Amino acid sequence: MLDSAKELLRMQESGDLTAVEITEQALAAIQHSDPQINAFTHVAAELAVDAARRVDAKRLAGEALGPLAGIPVAVKDVLCTADMPTTCSSRMLKGFQPPYDATVIHKLREADAVLIGKTNMDEFAMGASTETSAFGVTRNPWDTDRTPGGSSGGAAACVAAGNVPLSLGSDTGGSIRQPAAFCGVTGLKPTYGRVSRYGLVAFASSLDQVGPIAWSVDDVALLLESIAGFEPRDSTSLNQGVPNYSEILQTTDLRGLKIGILRESSENKAVDHAILAAVHHAGDVFRSCGAELVEVNLPHSEYWVPTYYVIAPCEASSNLSRYEGAHYGHRTESIDSNSEQGPLVSAYCRSREEGFGAEVKRRIMVGMYALSEGYADKYYNQALKVRRLIKGDFDAAFTQCDLLLGPVTPSSAFRIGEKVDDPIQMYLCDLFTVGANLAGLPAISLPGGFDEHGLPIGIQLQAPVLEESRLLFAAGAFQSVTDYHTKRP
Amino acid sequence: MTAHEVTTIIGLEVHVQLKTQTKLFCGCSAAFGAPPNTQVCPVCLGLPGALPVMNEHAIELAIRAGLAIHCSIPPMTKWDRKQYFYPDLPKGYQISQFDLPICADGYLEITDPADPDGTRHIGIIRAHLEEDAGKSMHDEVAGKSDTRIDLNRCGTPLLEIVSQPDLRSAAEVKEYLTQLKLILTHLDVSDCEMQEGSLRVDANVNLHIDVDGKKVATPIVEVKNMNSFRAVERALEYEVERQYADWENDGLTIEDNPKTTRGWDDVNQRTFVQREKEESADYRYFPDPDLLPVRIPSERVEALRQSLGELPRATYLRLQSQHDLKPYDADVIVNQGPAMIAYFERVAEVSGDAKRSSSWIQQDVMRTLKDRELSIDAFPVTSVGLGELLKLVVKGQLDNTRARDVFNYLLDHESTVDQAIQSLGIEQVDNSEIDALCQELLDANPAVVADVRSGKVQAVGSLIGQAKKKNPNANPQQVRETLLKLIG
Repeated sequence: MLDSAKELLRMQESGDLTAVEITEQALAAIQHSDPQINAFTHVAAELAVDAARRVDAKRLAGEALGPLAGIPVAVKDVLCTADMPTTCSSRMLKGFQPPYDATVIHKLREADAVLIGKTNMDEFAMGASTETSAFGVTRNPWDTDRTPGGSSGGAAACVAAGNVPLSLGSDTGGSIRQPAAFCGVTGLKPTYGRVSRYGLVAFASSLDQVGPIAWSVDDVALLLESIAGFEPRDSTSLNQGVPNYSEILQTTDLRGLKIGILRESSENKAVDHAILAAVHHAGDVFRSCGAELVEVNLPHSEYWVPTYYVIAPCEASSNLSRYEGAHYGHRTESIDSNSEQGPLVSAYCRSREEGFGAEVKRRIMVGMYALSEGYADKYYNQALKVRRLIKGDFDAAFTQCDLLLGPVTPSSAFRIGEKVDDPIQMYLCDLFTVGANLAGLPAISLPGGFDEHGLPIGIQLQAPVLEESRLLFAAGAFQSVTDYHTKRP
Repeated sequence: MTAHEVTTIIGLEVHVQLKTQTKLFCGCSAAFGAPPNTQVCPVCLGLPGALPVMNEHAIELAIRAGLAIHCSIPPMTKWDRKQYFYPDLPKGYQISQFDLPICADGYLEITDPADPDGTRHIGIIRAHLEEDAGKSMHDEVAGKSDTRIDLNRCGTPLLEIVSQPDLRSAAEVKEYLTQLKLILTHLDVSDCEMQEGSLRVDANVNLHIDVDGKKVATPIVEVKNMNSFRAVERALEYEVERQYADWENDGLTIEDNPKTTRGWDDVNQRTFVQREKEESADYRYFPDPDLLPVRIPSERVEALRQSLGELPRATYLRLQSQHDLKPYDADVIVNQGPAMIAYFERVAEVSGDAKRSSSWIQQDVMRTLKDRELSIDAFPVTSVGLGELLKLVVKGQLDNTRARDVFNYLLDHESTVDQAIQSLGIEQVDNSEIDALCQELLDANPAVVADVRSGKVQAVGSLIGQAKKKNPNANPQQVRETLLKLIG
């Protein structure tokens, strides 16, 4: 089991470990656990050792090293990599290798990180359990009968299993925070536009955001620092400087900080008792650090999930149009030349029929329907209006408090197969997370306790736009007085 | 053609490729004619993860074009996705503009083909920006049905200019397109080469037939694939005839069949039915979440408005009023573009004779440009030089023939007009010299004298030729007058 990124950096500097040794340990850990966990869709063993060798050579030559020198990083298979396949865990993109690197991948290479491989996910990031992957389900390292959450299930599981200290996920409706909560690790969804989406295969463009997963806030800050920043190739990227997140004080003093607790979530009957207890307990921890707790309310929070499940499928139905078998990816071998609509339409239909899984098809159909003539006003345009109200709720709440505290999920990790046939149940996993995506806010999921089965429970902090520092500051204080994040399966 | 009164109703959708260096949403070259699929990147290929970034220059060109056709430019415009599946559309949607186009509600002023002194205002509904798709090349030789796709054109910027159905004849359409092309090339917004596809025209046409005081409308036909102005004109003329004949035959109206699409067959000079869509397409437009709305401050619009300068139509009218040119001559000069207009105006100013300037430019200058494949910017005879030369002609100091000699000399030598005159040995001949020369010729040609006296005045012509031979500098007009005076 690998140590934290911070510790691995220290050990390289002191000469206790080389980058190659670290990489070999990571590869060995993956080899040991992955037959059980199935967190990876691709392990780039040779490339990783080569990259580590270059880091060691640079260190030996006294050259300047990047902030992630020699640190193995796993990357959700939704990010384009020029030297590894990028599949989005879909049959549609099986074996597809993009000709270019996503911006965050480029930044990781610049930071001298060692890219160890690509992690499993729900197909095209649609799901909350990593069960919709075309390459098999990922299992939760705490209990392999349970899901790791999703869609960044592989990215969270490989960190929890100690394969790598850092991984990158993507979060469209909670896809970093929910698996982080299920796997007992720390996951951050940055402000929309804080991290470039260039090279992130789009699910729902106005909601997607790349973010870090690690054991602790320290490591999350370290990784965020390396991937954040303005990117001229992404029009929605924010042209704002990147604070030095790592320099966030290790303090337990939160005096002057006002933390809002959501009245709606603490009264929600769909939420497990243990989850509510953990949030309540977290409130006590923050109070003991000097923070003031206030109760706030977000009047439109009951519309988060329905709004999300209109907007996300609409954008997805459009973004996924490009997968039709003509240019790359899966193409059917059985084109029906005598089809009524002609061979071209037949080729499209069959390629998509064969290439996409059930959940992706469901969302494409929902999106197409909600955007179609006569229905767009009723669904899509209505959802956009509600989205503005939801943003307004957050703006109002943040005039009363600095951060919002609440649950990440209604329950701890559920069993594999438990919800997979019930989409509505699955969608409700996003109950507490989609608000941040709809409003574009940063939010973090922290280990906050365990339930009666010994499964990790996450707590969530949300902050105003671009206030990642405030999130990390409070989260750092929480982790310096609690030890949930240090527990391993 | 008809027993009924018929009004032709035509509206145009004109796609113009904007003259940007790079594509609308990426840095790839937008140049025409490169080998297939060599000007492509993840963005224009629509690869997973690629994102569009707007080309500011295209916005500027669109605004300039819009202002020139009297459109309003809203303070905010945005990008929308228009979704449909086609192999040359790699993303499965086209980035276009739906409800907030960059230019709205304008008009284009054209000369009425039925009345050269009249003008018509053709309404412009909107002009919006969009990216072009790629090109499918179907190879059906020898029983194969192979389709190759060239995505070089994917993402090149287009401005789609949609007119009101205000056009009433093929001749008006031609005039509309001519004026539009003139404006767009004048502003350097597009080169409008129909052959290269940088100007594409779709026409919606139908007839309003008066039947016993009631208006009957024929089904609207959208005619596509017309790749020259002549083809547009022919296709519309054909379509008008065809729709009337069809209506007489089957009586079908717009209520029976609202709209069909027909292609233009240039070889057989007829339109033909293209595959009918069974239901109207639902493009499921929605705002592109990858691109932010574009704010266009009114100061920017005003600055661009100021930068437009005089537009071709205004120049055309001014050349007639200010320089007394005929509409045809004004048209020829305006059609040559801003550099030629400036050249003409300088020549006219220096020479003091606009009509003579116009005729020299239309004949000598334009012929030389064509022969030598030059643009007016690179023309060896400067506007001031030609102006000075023509001034001498106006003053009677040079005849046209000698002036042409000077002009030809200037074409091939870097020289002033004075130097040219000197080099060619042209001098003013004084009157006594001419008198002597003429007397000498008359003495030697009594037959001519007799002819003239008997009324055949044109007989002096032969003596003028001889006079020029003896003294090349003799002004033929002066020689003629002197000869007649001396004969008495």
